[in-house]
Amino acid sequence: MSTRTVVQVGFNLDFAMWIFTRISGITLIVLAITGMVGAFWLGARIQMDVATLMRWTFFPNPNHVINSDIPDLIPGWANAYWQIMQMMIVFFGVTHGMNGLRVVIEDYLTESWWRTFWRGLIFFLWLFMMILAVYVILAS
Amino acid sequence: MALRRNVGLKGLKYRGGGPMLTWELHRISGISIAVFIGLHVFASFLMQQFGSDFGTTMNIVYESLYFQIFIFFVVIWHGLNGLRIIILDTWPRLIEYQHEVTWLQWVIFIVIYGLTVFIMVMRTISGS
Repeated sequence: MSTRTVVQVGFNLDFAMWIFTRISGITLIVLAITGMVGAFWLGARIQMDVATLMRWTFFPNPNHVINSDIPDLIPGWANAYWQIMQMMIVFFGVTHGMNGLRVVIEDYLTESWWRTFWRGLIFFLWLFMMILAVYVILAS
Repeated sequence: MALRRNVGLKGLKYRGGGPMLTWELHRISGISIAVFIGLHVFASFLMQQFGSDFGTTMNIVYESLYFQIFIFFVVIWHGLNGLRIIILDTWPRLIEYQHEVTWLQWVIFIVIYGLTVFIMVMRTISGS
């Protein structure tokens, strides 16, 4: 087993992702609070159970509330504002999560072709999830 | 060589106390979120585009009461713990009070999570 090389001081991938993890974490919490406040604003108090409200909070997609007792979904719940919110949640959430997987995996790896392989795999997983989620958003 | 050691399950024997438990739970909850919510997105895609039975079954499991209770645990816990990490990283003076902050975080977590689960279970029991 070879030793791990110490990360150099300066601007590199690990530093950038360290900053990004903090920023995206705060952003996700702010987006979640926006989703929850918006749901109450649109009448979730009398139209939703708490599980549906939580699903809407973390991903404000009309499919998440389709089983609730909402008379007209189109004006308040399904429009461009919430689509942009969903895309922001998808971007920050998927990137934060995939970077988290990378950090966990690289704790068990040394710097070798094996690490490059995992980074490539996680990059393609990231791309795949982004495309999938944006497809779901635009088609719903 | 200091780094020449096996970690694996020996990590469980390490007596790091409360803050170490939060580190452990942060990883477990993070991986759980990535796996289960990733699968939920994938299942929703299959359901929406192909009307697939597989996707529908996965989403029925995902939206069942027991699974939602688990998902809310990992999501709310990961969010609160992440907030604590950000605060402690930004003001390193506070690391002195790490144990107290960890206890405070559990109190806040139990209030938020307990209320969510309580409402969900009560509504399921009363059938509304």
